[in-house]
Amino acid sequence: MTEKTLIYDGSFEGFLSCIFYIFEHKLKNETIQNKYNTQKSLFTDNEEIYTDKEKSDRVWQGLKAKTSSITTTKIYYAFLSEQLGIEDILSTYIKYIFNSSTKVDTDFTHPCVLKTSQIAKNVSREKHRMEAFVRFKLTKDEIYFANISPDFNVLPLISKHFKSRYADQKWVIFDIQRNYGLYYDLHKVEIIQMNFPKNFDFSKTDANFFAEEEFEFQKLWKNYFTSTNITERKNMKLHVKHIPKRYWKYLSEKQP
Amino acid sequence: MSFSRTLEKLKILADAAKYDVSCSSSGSKRTNTNKGLGDATGMGICHSYTEDGRCVSLLKILLTNHCIFDCAYCVTRKSNDVKRAAFKVQEVVDLTINFYRRNYIEGLFLSSGIFKSADYTMERLVAVAKKLRLEENFNGYIHLKSIPGASDELMREAGLYADRLSVNIEIPTKSGLQLLAPDKNFEDFIKPMNKVKNEIIQYKSEKKIIKSTPKFAPAGQSTQMIVGASGENDFQILKTAEHYYKNYNLKRVYYSGYVPISLDSRLPKIGTEVPMLRENRLYQSDWLTRFYGFQTNEIVNLKHQNLDLNIDPKLSWALRNLHEFPVDVNTADKRMLARIPGVGMKSVAKILMARKYRKLNWEHLKKIGIAFNRAQYFLVCNSNHFERRDLTADQLKAIILKNSKSKYDKMLSSQLNLFS
Repeated sequence: MTEKTLIYDGSFEGFLSCIFYIFEHKLKNETIQNKYNTQKSLFTDNEEIYTDKEKSDRVWQGLKAKTSSITTTKIYYAFLSEQLGIEDILSTYIKYIFNSSTKVDTDFTHPCVLKTSQIAKNVSREKHRMEAFVRFKLTKDEIYFANISPDFNVLPLISKHFKSRYADQKWVIFDIQRNYGLYYDLHKVEIIQMNFPKNFDFSKTDANFFAEEEFEFQKLWKNYFTSTNITERKNMKLHVKHIPKRYWKYLSEKQP
Repeated sequence: MSFSRTLEKLKILADAAKYDVSCSSSGSKRTNTNKGLGDATGMGICHSYTEDGRCVSLLKILLTNHCIFDCAYCVTRKSNDVKRAAFKVQEVVDLTINFYRRNYIEGLFLSSGIFKSADYTMERLVAVAKKLRLEENFNGYIHLKSIPGASDELMREAGLYADRLSVNIEIPTKSGLQLLAPDKNFEDFIKPMNKVKNEIIQYKSEKKIIKSTPKFAPAGQSTQMIVGASGENDFQILKTAEHYYKNYNLKRVYYSGYVPISLDSRLPKIGTEVPMLRENRLYQSDWLTRFYGFQTNEIVNLKHQNLDLNIDPKLSWALRNLHEFPVDVNTADKRMLARIPGVGMKSVAKILMARKYRKLNWEHLKKIGIAFNRAQYFLVCNSNHFERRDLTADQLKAIILKNSKSKYDKMLSSQLNLFS
């Protein structure tokens, strides 16, 4: 049996197109790899899969018919983890779903069901953290700007939350690690690219770009953060457990 | 606004409000209509955590720390020599809106010292909430303190703008209250709580007929009790909590380990350790009654008036009721699964689903995430390995303690020494 490696463009539709290909050609022992994140192997037969909206839709609709919405959501969340090898875990899971006559999505004794559920949980936690740890700063052009660098690609997941919450203010949330952002213009959310000046310090508030009052509110917030703490109950271990240090860099209250 | 004045006030009035533990911002169903600011649907969000490890979800402040009462346990008491300050209504509104827009908070938790009279104070609190809702079109979360003795009319208005209302009973027993807060009347606490309860019941029944009935305190009511200030035992505390849950439909009862702030001889001395471990055990018991199907009497009763500090209350119950074990995870009902020490409700749900596909063994259970160290002695599964020795409760407890490491070890040794 030949071992095939399917190469796709990194998009969710691209991944689902691979699934379509697998079923179409009745592949076994295949692996799926992101074009931008491949591990070259000498002995496999590489096949580039083109993203096909129609095919990916068919797979997605098929999944929706075969399983619960909780499961399809988990699959999408787990995909956004961008973890190495996630495509293969998910394709095993999807094959298990399509090849079973009964519902299997609560079979937590099956490794890929449990694994998907756990990775989805991690992504969901990161999504929730971003909803919590985004700190908007008001720019001189009256836009509330925040930069993040989440562990997983959660921007697509947090868009709705911020849109319904901050419906009456313009805002930008920019993922500096993945180099794209969301922009809400009071009507709709768009995906944007941005160019920042060289040496732009994302953890500081630059007086050239941000409104004067911004500094005052940051001061008030930091002051509140200190005043509301009970020193007699100090528990840094718990503090760090809730806000791991990697998130501190963009939290104004944690800046020196 | 004058930022430096506000900064000074915020320092004083946030510091005075910090002993109120509630920071919950969940359970409301206030959607963002007509493109306003904020949305309080679904789960709450902790936007930050202070160095004591507590969640920061709401801007928690007092409107003023001027107070006509002299409750011994309270930092704001009349006789205490502290700096006093008072916010203007507009200042609180501006702070809330500007913090909210920056995604610092989920909303406002406004409490107050009692100045002039109960109604005068309650009126100011309501004015803040009203302004936020009607003028600023704010749909974020608002938690208002019900001032003991406030009139029914004001409580009704408060419920129209706030998501949650709370009145802290602070001292679990009447005699304790008499001792520490002699100018406070027990009935005054109950009055606003009762009014809000009845209004919520009425709202719920009217809502069924007329869908557009304006919301009334959709996130319900809560209260708080201080632990370790007035000598109550855990039985008294949990029984009081049960009473309020049952008779006033409370959403939450909070337990606050007393932080010594006074030289008053009626209270623990300054420097006494905050009873954090005991507080934790009380919360665990609270969870057992709210989510695990336990009755308060099973956890504490006349024979066992205090919770074990070195083991959790479920394990403690199991050791007193060894005849109920072992439980077979492949056949037991939900009620008994929830009673196995080391098995949480998340695991219970997973076990119930997973066992439909195949019989579960230890490997499955470990992967699902049960606390094996405790659970192994109380259950059997599809495996030949299970506890066969006929161990007594004391032997079991000793084995479990020997093989576990509690994050409270350090605290435990110092707290237990107090009694030895």
